[in-house]
Amino acid sequence: MKIIVDRERCVGAGQCVLAAAGVFDQSREDGLVELLQAEPPQDRHAAVTEAELICPSGAIEIRS
Amino acid sequence: MTELNEVVVVGAGAAGATTAESLRRQGYEGRLTLVGAEPHLPYDRPPLSKQILTGRWEPDRVRLRAPETYDRLGIDLRPGSAATRLDRTGRAVECADGSRLHADAVVVATGVRPRRLPCTDDPGRLGAPDGLHVLRTLDDALGLREALLGGPRLVVAGAGLLGTEVAVAARTLGADVTLVCPAPLPLLDLLGRQAADLVSATHRDLGLRVRRGRATAVAAARGTVTGVRLADGTLLPADVVLVAAGSLPNTEWLHGSGVPVEDGVVCDVLCAAEPGVWAAGDVANRCDPRTRRRHRLEHRTHATEQAVAVARNILAGTRARPFTPLRSFWTDQHDLKVQVFGDITGTDRCSIVEGSPAERKFTAVYCAGDRVLGAVAVNMPREAQRLRTAVETGALHTAGPSRPTTAGASDA
Repeated sequence: MKIIVDRERCVGAGQCVLAAAGVFDQSREDGLVELLQAEPPQDRHAAVTEAELICPSGAIEIRS
Repeated sequence: MTELNEVVVVGAGAAGATTAESLRRQGYEGRLTLVGAEPHLPYDRPPLSKQILTGRWEPDRVRLRAPETYDRLGIDLRPGSAATRLDRTGRAVECADGSRLHADAVVVATGVRPRRLPCTDDPGRLGAPDGLHVLRTLDDALGLREALLGGPRLVVAGAGLLGTEVAVAARTLGADVTLVCPAPLPLLDLLGRQAADLVSATHRDLGLRVRRGRATAVAAARGTVTGVRLADGTLLPADVVLVAAGSLPNTEWLHGSGVPVEDGVVCDVLCAAEPGVWAAGDVANRCDPRTRRRHRLEHRTHATEQAVAVARNILAGTRARPFTPLRSFWTDQHDLKVQVFGDITGTDRCSIVEGSPAERKFTAVYCAGDRVLGAVAVNMPREAQRLRTAVETGALHTAGPSRPTTAGASDA
């Protein structure tokens, strides 16, 4: 699994951090998404998929 | 549970598209059809009143997923094909293009459409006059953008989230803008006093006029708008009018189906309306277990959260779980990003937690007695996450900067 985030789309809702903390964070400056792990381990895949689905701006894309 | 081999999701906005995608991600392997009334691929609506209206984004950027995603996930996407009837006896959805889709489960995600105002034009003239706009679809946004170029006089009838965001975007495009607001202050009920005051100050700095009043009609002559009529009789002259006065759920196609409809599709805490019929997004009218009140929420975060919950419950059978989201929404007003969790209404006290309105960045909690019911963050999206916990637990102490949650404590 490889994650791509689009900061230009991100609205800083923080849903991804709720779903998959440690993979995603929000920047201290603008609150927008920061990708901590672009290729997360298997046991985080379900959480990352949840984050991709609930992101309210479609800013997260998973490429398998 | 009835065997589940065919699911039809009606409505291809954020709620419908996410329900379909979520069904696949959660392991559903049967037939899956996603029908949408609009000709476009599923797209995101919040940027319409922001990046699309100002022209910062090309229209393609609002797509929720790359076009090939639907094929890859085995989702039979049918844009431009509005559902016209639900036949519950025959368990089928009928569409405007004549197709009849058999369904073991139907998800209603048909959204809402803008409420309109009566229009007074010359006798005998039919149809909407030139210069009269609403904003719900991508085509609406592109049409409004074109109308706003060249610095026209715009009157926005309605001062909610949509009306105010359009007014701000229109000012940055150089239009002369008047916002008609029935309340003492735009967004006061939604954002609370501190944030609403900041938003209003920003509106004033942008040269945006706010006119207290209630718009009752759009005036037109010879097929072109001339202004907006207020309840006190005033006519506000305009070249372009945006009616942003709320919305109506798209449920007419369910008439005669037996699905309960009252200000949207009436559903239970699982988001089910009837056996085999589910609802998600703006159209769903559900009972909130937290407040015990029945309501529809037209918030973008709510649409996807509910979509994921509906997909889970469709597949869960008897193990379906209640959907208990925390209400949350955001608005961008020029250089202010305002995020709200829970409810401000019904609270009697506000405490600033971090920052201050003077710095144009702060977080605040709103309480009834000792209980936190709502929280607001202005230009502090990262810190806003701590407030979520405060509203979920109802306790103020978890929100304080001196006791950050684990998520907020990791400093670089």
